[in-house]
Amino acid sequence: MAEAIKVPTMAEYMAEGKKPEVLFWVGCAGSFDDRAKKITKAFVKLLSKAGVEFAVLGTEESCTGDPAKRSGNEFLFQMQAVTNIEVLNGYEIEKIVTACPHCFNTIKNEYPELGGNYQVMHHTQFLKSLLEEGRLKVEGGKFKGKRITFHDPCYLGRANNEYEAPRDLLRKLEVELVEMRKCKSNGLCCGAGGGQMFKEPEKGNKDVNILRTEQAIETKPEVIAAGCPFCNTMMTDGVKGKDKEGQIEVMDVAEMIADADDL
Amino acid sequence: MQLVSQILFVIILVFGVGFFTKNIQKLIKYIKLGKSVDRKDQPNERFANMARVALGQSKMVKRPIAGFLHILVYVGFIIINIEVLEIVIDGIFGTHRIFSFLGGTYDVLIASFEVLALLVLVGVIVFWIRRNVIKLKRFWANEMKGWPKNDANYILYFEMILMALFLLMNAADYQLQMLGADHYASEAGIMGAFPISQFLVPLIDGLSVSTLIIVERAAWWLHIVGILFFLNYLYYSKHLHILLAFPNTYFAKLKPKGEVDNLEAVTNEVKLMMDPNADPFAAPEASEGEDDVPAKFGASDVQDLNWVQLLNSYTCTECGRCTSECPANQTGKKLSPRKIMMDTRDRLEEVGKNIEKNKEFKDDGKQLLGDYITNEELWACTTCNACTEACPIGIDPLSIILDMRRYLVMEQSAAPNELNIAMGNIENNGAPWPYNQMDRLNWANEN
Repeated sequence: MAEAIKVPTMAEYMAEGKKPEVLFWVGCAGSFDDRAKKITKAFVKLLSKAGVEFAVLGTEESCTGDPAKRSGNEFLFQMQAVTNIEVLNGYEIEKIVTACPHCFNTIKNEYPELGGNYQVMHHTQFLKSLLEEGRLKVEGGKFKGKRITFHDPCYLGRANNEYEAPRDLLRKLEVELVEMRKCKSNGLCCGAGGGQMFKEPEKGNKDVNILRTEQAIETKPEVIAAGCPFCNTMMTDGVKGKDKEGQIEVMDVAEMIADADDL
Repeated sequence: MQLVSQILFVIILVFGVGFFTKNIQKLIKYIKLGKSVDRKDQPNERFANMARVALGQSKMVKRPIAGFLHILVYVGFIIINIEVLEIVIDGIFGTHRIFSFLGGTYDVLIASFEVLALLVLVGVIVFWIRRNVIKLKRFWANEMKGWPKNDANYILYFEMILMALFLLMNAADYQLQMLGADHYASEAGIMGAFPISQFLVPLIDGLSVSTLIIVERAAWWLHIVGILFFLNYLYYSKHLHILLAFPNTYFAKLKPKGEVDNLEAVTNEVKLMMDPNADPFAAPEASEGEDDVPAKFGASDVQDLNWVQLLNSYTCTECGRCTSECPANQTGKKLSPRKIMMDTRDRLEEVGKNIEKNKEFKDDGKQLLGDYITNEELWACTTCNACTEACPIGIDPLSIILDMRRYLVMEQSAAPNELNIAMGNIENNGAPWPYNQMDRLNWANEN
């Protein structure tokens, strides 16, 4: 692997009296989950390759409160939100990018009323804008011609109506993009939202991620592309559950772009 | 004789419309039991949403077969109402085909009513077959047993009978006009065009004028009384959607689906907690704001929900598109968003009747949570918004689920244990997992 890339923090920028172009909100999964950390690193590589002046909050970042809110704990959510907003406003943050659709949705939609107003982008939207500005080049590389299906994260798709940014990036990779029969606004959840990531599912006859993985497998993909660390975990588990880990990879769109470029 | 039937008609009409009005007033009263929520902003966008989704049926056609058939029945229902207007005027004044002075236009109108009546009949028969012969899964779920199943079929039978009566009435009328019967025939020639009912004429060909009049009158009376009965059946039925779809789409949430409202009462408390100048030992100084703090957080019964959620419950026509798209339901869990709406309506009716009987709500030892909707259903939701996306008329079962989770967590601390652990972690170390916040940036130095 390449040498570690420098990841500046807001505190460091502040000490130098400078402001970064964008704050990268890493999120809990991106900070702590071994699989999601790879997505974080891939995205950081893309940011530095494109020459984006970015910073992270580092140890000053804390959970947005999304899982608490959707589990019904509005108190805990608002405590988290208000604390985070205080930090963000303290640094006079204007633009935030995150690789987690849950963080994206919460900061974008639920923070403004509590005093946190920022321009918030999902990393696929941000990468697309870098592409359009000519700061980042995306070429097919190793994914050219491969069969790829994209699993829409609920909190990016239905929740915020963004279906095209990740697909546009995949098209740039010159992949053969195949859609599942349930996609975009009709997409099936991976099963992790609403706090489900942190608990056992209720009794039923199947796990949601298995059903979703079956729908993905129907398209005979070589890679299941994802745009959310939780979806990534759920689909990875699903692929393992179906004994397909040898044939099908689950990758974040950012990882694919970094990989195609051998970053 | 003519006068007697006119008087009788007016009495039935007044009674039918009056009873309907009374029930609608009751409906509004029950909906107003809900908490206030502001849905009067952005009137232009709200109108546009109503025009697109309710009037334009834009979401119905997402499932093309059901969508197409539904449009036939819907358009038929609306257009044929013009004919009902004529029938009502004829009934009151004892006239015969009062609009026939329109001449050629009248022929076109009657002809199109007939074609639509046939299309409605076909549509409704296919609906019946889908429900009872093909047995589409969503019509046979657990919550569709008993009344909901019968209700759905009664509506279909009703529409079949009404359309058949309408066509039979026209056939007899046409035959009477051709036979030159008094009161029916006109010197101007045949009034109306009968492209469909003309095929029924052979069935009544040999009948005398007096028998034909009996057939025509019977069909006429049964048809209009049937319509008035159907109007009054609505309140007791899932079929209220034909009226409530319009206000329901108008008042629907316009914000992004992912945005969940921030509880204001919580905001006030959080602000107080975060205020460095707040004196922790001060007597509750904000006592004038005390009244604003609700007695409880979240919802355990229908009165804790807002009026839009209650309107949603009356609007639901139990089509089950939400449930068939729900990831939890598809994988065999107990949660069914449709059942959430049905339970809310059933409980609201119960609470409303309770209030009417006792002047104010008298504790009946029951509530929406537990007696209707179980914790197991509520915790199975992934908040994915598949249900709200699937609903053809803008119903939001997810908001009810979240409000009830709020009650479970903030009033009862009754979250599943794993969730309590995750929430404890968020509280203590800022992540749902037990990692130290000081380690948040460790990934940057790992290879």
